[in-house]
Amino acid sequence: MKTIGKTFASVALAAMMGTASAATDLTMYYPVAVGGALTKIVDGIVADFEKENPDINVNAIYAGNYNDARVKALAALQSGEPAQLSVMFSIDVHELRNLDAIEAFDDLISTDEERQWLDSFYPALMENGKADGKTWGVPFQRSTIVMYYNKDAFREAGLDPETPPTTWEEFAEVGKALKKMDDGGSVERWGAMIPSTGYQYWMFGALTKQNGEVLMNQAGNETYFDKPGVVEALNYWKDLGSKHKVMPEGVIEWGTLRQNFLEEKTAIMWHSTGNLTTVKENAKFDFGVAKLPGQKELGSPTGGGNFYIFKNSTPEEKAAALKLVKFMTSAQQAANWSKATGYMGVSQDAYETDTLKSYVKEFPPAAVARDQLADATAELSTHEAGRVRKFIDDAIQAALTGQSSAQEALEDAQKQSTRVLKRYK
Amino acid sequence: MTKSFNLKAWLLLLPALSLLVAFTHWPTLKTLWRSVTWARSDVAPSQFVGLENYQLLMDDPVFWQVIENNFWYAVGTVPTSIALAIAMALWVNGKIRHKGLLRLAYFTPTILPMITVANIWLFFYSPGIGLFDQILGSIGIQGPNWLGDPDTALPSLMAMTIWKEAGFFMIFYLAALQTLSPELYDAARLEGAGPWRIFRRITFPLLMPTTLFVLINALLNAFKLVDHLFILTKGGPNNASNLLLYYIYETAFSFLDSYYAATLTVIMLIALALIALVQILMFDRKIHYR
Amino acid sequence: MSNWFQRLSTFSAYLLGVIWIMPLLYAFWAAFHPPEYATQFSLFAPLTLENFVAAWDQAPFYRYMLNTIIITSLILASQLFVCTLAGYALAREKFLGRGIAFALVLTQLMVMPEVLIVENYKTLADLGQIDTHLGVGLPYLASAFGIFLLRQTFKTVPQELEDAARVEGLSGLSLIWKVFVPMAFPTYLAYSLVSISYHWNNFLWPLVVTNTEDSRPLTVGMAIFGAPESGVDWSIISAGTLIAIGPLLALFLVFQRQFIQSFMQAGIK
Repeated sequence: MKTIGKTFASVALAAMMGTASAATDLTMYYPVAVGGALTKIVDGIVADFEKENPDINVNAIYAGNYNDARVKALAALQSGEPAQLSVMFSIDVHELRNLDAIEAFDDLISTDEERQWLDSFYPALMENGKADGKTWGVPFQRSTIVMYYNKDAFREAGLDPETPPTTWEEFAEVGKALKKMDDGGSVERWGAMIPSTGYQYWMFGALTKQNGEVLMNQAGNETYFDKPGVVEALNYWKDLGSKHKVMPEGVIEWGTLRQNFLEEKTAIMWHSTGNLTTVKENAKFDFGVAKLPGQKELGSPTGGGNFYIFKNSTPEEKAAALKLVKFMTSAQQAANWSKATGYMGVSQDAYETDTLKSYVKEFPPAAVARDQLADATAELSTHEAGRVRKFIDDAIQAALTGQSSAQEALEDAQKQSTRVLKRYK
Repeated sequence: MTKSFNLKAWLLLLPALSLLVAFTHWPTLKTLWRSVTWARSDVAPSQFVGLENYQLLMDDPVFWQVIENNFWYAVGTVPTSIALAIAMALWVNGKIRHKGLLRLAYFTPTILPMITVANIWLFFYSPGIGLFDQILGSIGIQGPNWLGDPDTALPSLMAMTIWKEAGFFMIFYLAALQTLSPELYDAARLEGAGPWRIFRRITFPLLMPTTLFVLINALLNAFKLVDHLFILTKGGPNNASNLLLYYIYETAFSFLDSYYAATLTVIMLIALALIALVQILMFDRKIHYR
Repeated sequence: MSNWFQRLSTFSAYLLGVIWIMPLLYAFWAAFHPPEYATQFSLFAPLTLENFVAAWDQAPFYRYMLNTIIITSLILASQLFVCTLAGYALAREKFLGRGIAFALVLTQLMVMPEVLIVENYKTLADLGQIDTHLGVGLPYLASAFGIFLLRQTFKTVPQELEDAARVEGLSGLSLIWKVFVPMAFPTYLAYSLVSISYHWNNFLWPLVVTNTEDSRPLTVGMAIFGAPESGVDWSIISAGTLIAIGPLLALFLVFQRQFIQSFMQAGIK
């Protein structure tokens, strides 16, 4: 890896001497919901980059969650304030293109080495970044959904903690076995929980993929919410609560789910890999991480943030921005990042580094997300993303809370999204 | 002094009026205009579309749901807050022990920021591990999924709103109570009136002006207080707890559709105008009383 | 007076008091105990300051607090100045159009700046004031409530006092400054406390106009810091909450009598 770093440095040096020697200032918008840990790590990487590239100054702006970061970056662009690059939702690609805000990476790279770099990422992680045959987003802060399970609870229920459920049927059965009632007839521990606030469309993407369906087309102007397989997936989700009773009925809060798992109020949770490090540090019981179970096939959507480079900047700034993106996604940096946060290493090379190799050896769950990539699909991403997401989000909650049937709710969501997307055909 | 043009007065008013015009009156007019225009994106030029946005509004089920929610939110929070405020004021004004502490307890929510305290309420409401469920669990009841059930989500938000504003309204009643003459009460007691009768016949009628004032404020709050939605429910599940101002925020800053947001804002402005009308009518009646 | 009624009433009063203070009590509980006790209550839970260290480490509270102080004082200073002039004009000057001017002012009591976030955001973008302290303050720099309050107060100043001051040669701004302002001191104090506690806690508008730590106040910082997206950690959030409300809470506890008196005074008007 060191050699790559060295060639990097020499390329940078050459570039520096070739162009003007004035320093280039970059402003990067970055989403972090937590104020803390993540910003420090990103700051660290940026500092390393600046050390290697003294002619580039990077100003990182931490702008809240994904939605905030997008709003803030776009507002900055419109008001003429500097912004050269940003990490934003991988699924924002269509909207950013509609605003003519971003540059395709294909148009920014020139050398073979750069082309190689662009081809080095896991293909599943590139899906959300592509449109019209070009790559607009490069993966960085990426995750999938995995199944966290309480091994002690498995043992207590007489189940083998090393064979977590792999099919929908098993999942419901195991859930029933894990559920524990107290003497008063109240539930002391639920079998499983799948969160249904905040990012329910994401969880649903997993269930639909497992049932052999996708939610939208690559162009992002068609959705398939009312297909029979999709309805079936939502019915299964609902049944886990109302029929199999392994999950509480109604909506389950995303933000407090991790706490529920750590307090052993649920034996299984589906959650982002981004929680891995926190769960590892706080669980007082033996826990495992597994791929999500499947029905027709296995599956989980990818999620998280990609790097985008904004159009509205000078060629020098764009070159510097590209350099920063390459640095941050390089194998060694990606490996450090993954180990520190639980997010995925974005390329095969990252998992070949000593850092991740030894980490995976001592803590095998760290590799589950990667192994699941083989079965991964793109996250829901369309034009008018905010609206379309709300349609499906509302439909899911309507079905889970019993306000309407899965069929009705999804037909309704499909009708509304078709109406909104008509203008983008 | 006759009424005539008075340069000095207008100069004194200039800073206030120009700020108010720039950030209240002018944007109100711009909102009206924006609600009848549309553009493909924020960078494209906008065009006049007549009432098209309002047509969309009529067809938007979320809009109707939000209006209904706002109605129930007002019905649920306004009378309860006022009743609690009166009770608190009477207690603190009476002979109870530890008055100062009690008053402090009632008033504290007023100075706590809604947004940060919402996280603590999130804990209270959390199913299974939350405080409410722990208390209910100790007497053998399984609590509902407070924020996750469409039937309880909005009432849960209302509870927090009432908690936030009752102590604030108490202050106004306390101020009013201290202006009431003790002789009146002595006389009533001599006639053998019980506490309930005294309250109904003397205290409550005399507090009427305060009640009107508080009522208007509580109604305004029913439109304005949405901070806790950001943490507790985000308007869910399935819009069961979505409120107009939050929907405006969502439309403008998540869906990036400022035209539809402007249309929603116009509805809000109409509602506020109605409240203002109620206020004017009621205060007119009040003058008759005197 | 029936005894049971009295007892029930007293009991309710204390019960309500306990419920009302509960969130704050919980914040203290969670903040000073290790995370595993955040949702479990035990008398023997060990005390710790770890959560404060973690919270302080995770978010730039110092910067947020500075921003809040700057924004709150900026708004207050401007409000006091602007409202004094306008309140005086409306209370003591007779002129054509006074009714209209007063009505224009009162509009803002109904159409609060919160309602107009969409257009005001665009105005601020045009002025290049997004993400500045001034930007957060601008829509609030003039306050209808403040003008109204001061107008009522100035109206009660006896005419003889004003005449006497005029005889001594005072006029214009110096008359306002030397006669009216000192007379209205309690009103100023009351209004200031109301304004400070309002803007210290304001959230929606600052959320919309701030982007970075350069201008973000405590409320917005706390919302980002405690966003449920990242998984809620109540111990650290509670510690953060106490840091955020600490100064205001301390101020309130020390001056609670004045505080409540002031609010009462603002309410009577």
